[in-house]
Amino acid sequence: MASTFRGRAHVYGNDIDTDRIIAGKYTKTLDLQSLADHVLEDLDPEFRSKLVKGDVLVAGDNFGCGSSREQAPVALKVAGVSAVIAKYFARIFFRNAINIGLPVLEVPDLEAASGDEIEVDLESGTVRNLTKGTSHNAAQMPPVMISILAEGGLVAYLAKHGTYRLAAG
Amino acid sequence: MAAQTVTEKILSRHAGKALHAGDLAIVDVDAAMLTDTTAPLAIKAFREMGGKAPWNPARTFLVIDHAAPAPNERIARLHDLMREFVRETGSTLYEAGTGICHQLMIQDDRVRPGETFFGADSHTCTYGALGAFATGVGSTDLAAIMLTGKTWLKVPPTIRMEVSGRLNPGVEAKDLALAMVGTLGIAGATYQAVEICGEAIRPLSLDERMTIANLGIEMGAKVAVLHPEGLELPYPFDADAIRPDPGAPYVRRVEIDGSALRPQISKPPMPDNAVPIDELLGTPVHYAFIGTCVNGRLRDLRAAARILAGRKVAPGVRLLIAPASRQVFLDAARDGTLATLTEAGASFLPSGCGPCVGTHNGVPGDGETVLSTANRNFKGRMGNPQAQIYLASPTVVAAAAVAGCIVDPSELVGE
Repeated sequence: MASTFRGRAHVYGNDIDTDRIIAGKYTKTLDLQSLADHVLEDLDPEFRSKLVKGDVLVAGDNFGCGSSREQAPVALKVAGVSAVIAKYFARIFFRNAINIGLPVLEVPDLEAASGDEIEVDLESGTVRNLTKGTSHNAAQMPPVMISILAEGGLVAYLAKHGTYRLAAG
Repeated sequence: MAAQTVTEKILSRHAGKALHAGDLAIVDVDAAMLTDTTAPLAIKAFREMGGKAPWNPARTFLVIDHAAPAPNERIARLHDLMREFVRETGSTLYEAGTGICHQLMIQDDRVRPGETFFGADSHTCTYGALGAFATGVGSTDLAAIMLTGKTWLKVPPTIRMEVSGRLNPGVEAKDLALAMVGTLGIAGATYQAVEICGEAIRPLSLDERMTIANLGIEMGAKVAVLHPEGLELPYPFDADAIRPDPGAPYVRRVEIDGSALRPQISKPPMPDNAVPIDELLGTPVHYAFIGTCVNGRLRDLRAAARILAGRKVAPGVRLLIAPASRQVFLDAARDGTLATLTEAGASFLPSGCGPCVGTHNGVPGDGETVLSTANRNFKGRMGNPQAQIYLASPTVVAAAAVAGCIVDPSELVGE
């Protein structure tokens, strides 16, 4: 996974639940593209047509609350979202996103409007709003999560290490 | 050793060392559960990790409940994938129609006090009712648990929620649970554990305790554990192991006066929009639903039957009921509850999660108002984003089914 990337922001509000990220009626499938086809459908029916591969989702508090469905981060990732930046995340969504290799960053003070160009540097945990000329630090993740994300997800991490290591590396 | 919360005590025993809030730890997992929403992705991830059989097949439970029985060929194939995995690995399958995963895990003694239980379903927190550290994870985390028998986590700080007083007649565990979510908010316990205790909790049955712990995730909690005072189980258990040490550190203390509570209703589209029923009297209801892992148990069906006995569901209202398990259905058949409800005009669905999660059975129409005993009222939750979902207790839902609108059930009980 590239450590630094850029994308246009799509900005949404607080408490975006996983039912609005991907409705329950679509989750029973192993066809991951079909998940992407319905991502954020009940939040913003235009999202799929507006999304350009590499774009960034920017949200407020408690992104991904509700169901444990891993189909939510999978739908975002397969649709082409390169990262989700929120003030903070619901716990299960945050873990699921890292586990499937979707970068998620907690940035409490990011100001962004839809269309702003956002640059993410995963290694330093820096998020820049290039349109507004601001720079922000993401909250530090536990080393084990940094390692899982660096491997591209938990499947690759465990295929390599066989078990969890709490320290970095 | 420093005093510990219930969560810290249970996790310490499963990590082999003393843990406190904020510590990162790898813990042993006692049991794991997957559903037909989460198992297919988990099985795929497990195989990609190189997994052959789960670390403990005897305590790996696969439950077909979210789209059960299969509504179409695509989902039928996913169910077959689960059956095949169980045949190959010796893990345990609960077939479609047996019941809702959380009901089955407790009903069939699959989880015990003081254990660590991870389920690929967010309402796994229900087992905090009997003092387990039980929490929901996603499919890939669950695959990793099947591979290693362990998981990593950050030990959460704990909020202590004390409910004083006794609940008034007509105020149910669900009302208290909705009030708790309303008090803490949809994210009020994010990254935290909640311990629930107090005078109002002590007399509650295991069924009622499950209703309360179930709503823990609607405040974002990692686990919601009820203190063991008053807990009755059909086997001996070590209550000290699931009780906090004197002087245990709490990040926050919240008090609720149970004796002041009115029946609660959560307005769409968030479970924490809880208000006293009095604010919503007269709201028309098109579709009344009783069931789910929150309120599909015998006690809940009986509560509805007390309202519906000798009455009819109002014209223009549909009343659907999905018992939480086949055992609940059988018990309700034996004691006459089923006949009472059916005579009143209720339709019964197979035991499962379908209507609550919008998978199949009972999808509401455009512009309809649903009054449901479920735990979530997010937009689109029941399969149609044009419907409005309100959450309430079985008694309140049954009363609305009779009246055609939200009414104070005490008016019907008093007649």
